[in-house]
Amino acid sequence: MSVSEIYETMDYGSAPESAGDAFAWLVDQGSRFGHFIDGAFTEPRDDFESRNPANGDVLANLTQASQEEVDAAVAAARKAQPKWAKLGGHGRARFLYAIARLLQKHSRLFAVLETLDNGKPIREARDVDVPLAQRHFYYHAGMAQLMESELPDVEALGVCGQIIPWNFPLLMLAWKVAPALAMGNTVVLKPAEYTSITALLFADICREAGLPKGVVNIVTGDGAVGEMIVGAEVDKIAFTGSTAVGRHIREVTAGSGKALTLELGGKSPYIVFDDADLDSAVEGLVDAIWFNQGQVCCAGSRLLVHEPVADRFYDKLRARMAKLRVGNPLDKSIDMGAMVDDVQVQRVTKMVAANTGGEVFTAGEIPSEGCYYPPTLITGMNPADPLMQEEIFGPVLVATTFRTPDEAVQLANNTRYGLAATIWSENINLALDIAPKLAAGVVWINGTNMMDAAAGFGGVRESGFGREGGWEGLAAYTKPKGSKKPLKDIAPMAGKGAPADPIDRTAKLYIGGKQTRPDGGYSAPVWGKSGGLLGHVSLAGRKDLRNAVEAAQAAKGWSKTTGHLRAQIMYYIAENLAARSKEFADRLDAMQGGKTGAKEVEASINRLFTYAAWADKYDGQVHGVPIRGAALAMKEPVGVICAICPAEAPLLGLVSCMAPAIAMGNRVILSASTPFPLSATDFIQILETSDVPAGVVNILTGSQADIAEPAARHMDVDAIWSFGAKDLGKIIEKGSAQNLKRTWVNNGLARDWTGPEGEGHTFLQAATQIKNIWIPYGE
Amino acid sequence: MSHTDPTLVTAPTTVGQNQLPQVTEPRNPGMPLDMDWVRAVQVNTSAVERRAASLPARRSVKKDHQAAWLLRAISCIDLTTLSGDDTARRVQRLCAKARQPVAPAVLEALGMAPITVGAVCVYHEMIAPAKEALAGTNIPIAAVSTGFPAGLSPFELRIREIEMSVAAGAAEIDIVISRRHVLSGDWQALYHEMRAFRAACGEAHVKAILATGELGSLRNVARASLICMMAGADFIKTSTGKESVNATLPVTLVMIRAIRDYYERTGIRIGYKPAGGISKAKDAVTYLAMIKEELGDRWLRPDLFRFGASSLLGDIERQLEHHVTGSYSASYRHAIS
Repeated sequence: MSVSEIYETMDYGSAPESAGDAFAWLVDQGSRFGHFIDGAFTEPRDDFESRNPANGDVLANLTQASQEEVDAAVAAARKAQPKWAKLGGHGRARFLYAIARLLQKHSRLFAVLETLDNGKPIREARDVDVPLAQRHFYYHAGMAQLMESELPDVEALGVCGQIIPWNFPLLMLAWKVAPALAMGNTVVLKPAEYTSITALLFADICREAGLPKGVVNIVTGDGAVGEMIVGAEVDKIAFTGSTAVGRHIREVTAGSGKALTLELGGKSPYIVFDDADLDSAVEGLVDAIWFNQGQVCCAGSRLLVHEPVADRFYDKLRARMAKLRVGNPLDKSIDMGAMVDDVQVQRVTKMVAANTGGEVFTAGEIPSEGCYYPPTLITGMNPADPLMQEEIFGPVLVATTFRTPDEAVQLANNTRYGLAATIWSENINLALDIAPKLAAGVVWINGTNMMDAAAGFGGVRESGFGREGGWEGLAAYTKPKGSKKPLKDIAPMAGKGAPADPIDRTAKLYIGGKQTRPDGGYSAPVWGKSGGLLGHVSLAGRKDLRNAVEAAQAAKGWSKTTGHLRAQIMYYIAENLAARSKEFADRLDAMQGGKTGAKEVEASINRLFTYAAWADKYDGQVHGVPIRGAALAMKEPVGVICAICPAEAPLLGLVSCMAPAIAMGNRVILSASTPFPLSATDFIQILETSDVPAGVVNILTGSQADIAEPAARHMDVDAIWSFGAKDLGKIIEKGSAQNLKRTWVNNGLARDWTGPEGEGHTFLQAATQIKNIWIPYGE
Repeated sequence: MSHTDPTLVTAPTTVGQNQLPQVTEPRNPGMPLDMDWVRAVQVNTSAVERRAASLPARRSVKKDHQAAWLLRAISCIDLTTLSGDDTARRVQRLCAKARQPVAPAVLEALGMAPITVGAVCVYHEMIAPAKEALAGTNIPIAAVSTGFPAGLSPFELRIREIEMSVAAGAAEIDIVISRRHVLSGDWQALYHEMRAFRAACGEAHVKAILATGELGSLRNVARASLICMMAGADFIKTSTGKESVNATLPVTLVMIRAIRDYYERTGIRIGYKPAGGISKAKDAVTYLAMIKEELGDRWLRPDLFRFGASSLLGDIERQLEHHVTGSYSASYRHAIS
């Protein structure tokens, strides 16, 4: 077209970024890559190809890791780890800083390679992926520097196996590697088989930074390699990817003692109220669902629009969609590039074709060659439509309307996922009222897809657990210091003596504020140390657990009470326990023998005071994110927690599980000590006289194994803790894969309930999860 | 109220006829003041700033396309002199540049027919010399009016000033609104003032200068934009160029979104003129891209879009010469205005 013609048409033309330097780098590497193990690249093989999804060109040949290679990588990481941890925070900070600087120095090379390999627009690779990756290394260089002074009670986990997805290859690497290294861990990382190249360039950067060999190891290959890493002798698995794979990893690592964090799928709601700046909300959707071709775990993929403005909003949205430019990812004026692989295009095509609901609108011309899918909007959907529930992971937005704020929350939370949510409203009261009600780890108000190293990212429900970024993200790469002793099994006492009570007493279950008989109708005797019959205890089963969960779920109001109120009730529990301390001490002595009962009661009262104190003091944070605004890290209760209480310390153990949980606003189901259950059943009376609302605390007795398995599999239990027998840990972690509830198990290690490890931050952290609410402001 | 055509755009049928606003669009008759609409206006400043900040990175125009876009920018310039020391000779020089804003050799190398700027913008006293200097061209004369830049002279005098400028030959009148009406929330007064100005303009087109840098918030910018359009403004314009903050991309986004909403409701296209602070060719391209994205191609014509600028042209000329020769240019090589 001539200048004079363009003068009339005012077309954009093309503005291609040159890929010359990136291709030259690939050629320099022989266009073949091995793994990066122990500071050196292994001999490459031509096992599989990495292609440019925009045109199908082969970029490089890559090597599928063998079991020996994975073992070598893990061994190298294992060997390097102690020295890396001992290097100290400042020493590690210097390396992380060097990596951040090198990422900056080679930023365009990283960006172009990312675009070639992944198909994302160069603008996004250049302006989002690479700068955020740099930012993560800068930020965590600081965390390494501060570790000794600010986190004196924790240490590195050891070797971390990290498996990352193909949608943000370098960025996800940074999110995984930076905090792990900062805290003194070493890593074995596997990039996705579609997008390994920037990870291999990163390996090269690690060499340039002089990183000690073995600290970062990168192995390439498909899911089979991931499986090998999961099965290897590593201390932690960090995975970002699909919920199906995450669930599988949860199952196969059950009982292994490996720490696990999962960042999985989402179907994040995007809520537009009638008082929103509609044009800005439309523009936000471009960043929400058409960013990275919609291949974003936290994509705002479920649009919920307030009825009064729905038609107008849809019109504005369709008009905006018509302006989206889809095409060559290296073109700087492109809004959407190619999906990562034809498999993904086919998958999305099939999902949309199978949809029967709503009205489909597609916009933008797409190139005839390459892995492209057009921006798509489906309005008039209903929650019952599968596309409203299933993650599409492509540029397809589904939409429905709501009538009231309550209905918006109801629709938003009608999902198995809980990663992110977006709210548009100019009414601060409305926005700040809705944000805490949404089941999500991240909430953006009047904006979307805002990310920063300083604010934790991660989800609730089946979107996984653990946070990446911020102070909260460090918990995923540290553990409390100190060595632990194995847990001893405690057998119940045996006997055949006479009843101790003058009148027969029945210890019942405590469910929904009522003492109830077990559904199964069975009881078991409890014998004292001296062989006397101390009483009978109800044997709770799965139906009693079900009832307890229903009661706990019904007690939702507890989570909305103030910390001040919860503190008062907990002091009251302590007061009532103190009033009956002799009776409780005698019971403990009668069950366990010895004379430690009085001390245990004292410790229990003390513990109740500790968490009454914490109830209104475990504050959130305001993160220093680089926007004009705030990111509020709010500590929210997890929900319904089932705790398998320790067999030892029958009263103190029970109180130590209950108190932090309810102090933080959770409702609990306590599975009492199997050998010494009567302190728990006595404790029911304390609860009944202490203004604890019905359903907030539920107590089950009998075999803990009978409770642990159904509780772990129960979809409406949000977390499960086990301080019981070692074998319960595996059952619990395996069963938890059902709904990916949070688990905290003792891995067969003992805990000193009387000392500092019996209370404090570890418990408070387990009883809460952090929701980051981003609030940009300005008039 | 919905508008179902997602493109919003109808291409003009008369290409090349780009001088007089009267040629292509029906004038804005205005409408009764609709305070429900005005009060419902929402502007989220942070979101608007994000969009404005990301747009230059989203749209890059290169090579021949860039040259064509820069030529288009020139055709939309209101070449301006608004100084206390303006003289007839000074205005003649400006008009000469308006008639021939780009050196013929550069135009020839680009394969372009001659172009002119969109208009010449002067104070009332300079209308006569401008009229003389522009005789034989289609270049309209725009006169700033109504006690420009503060707009605080007596109302009757402001009306009279418009009438005199129109009588003197101005085809376009750039009025300034009373910022105090916005700041005190007296929307009725703003509406009536604008109505009166519009009536005084008669056949001449009226551009309403909002002085956005003095309105306090983007929300006020949006409200004032709507009210001026309701009261019959043909164009809305950011600034006088004399405020401490003049045209910005966030302000532009808010004003052109108001124009879009007004078009969707009334079917009337209102023009937009950012003024002050746009001095680089790159900025001009960004503004055009924002117009193209938010309003559509139809607005990329001088009857619906103008740059109020004095030094922008010089930078564009340098870029055009660079495009033609491959060598970076120097400002002394281009005729000044």
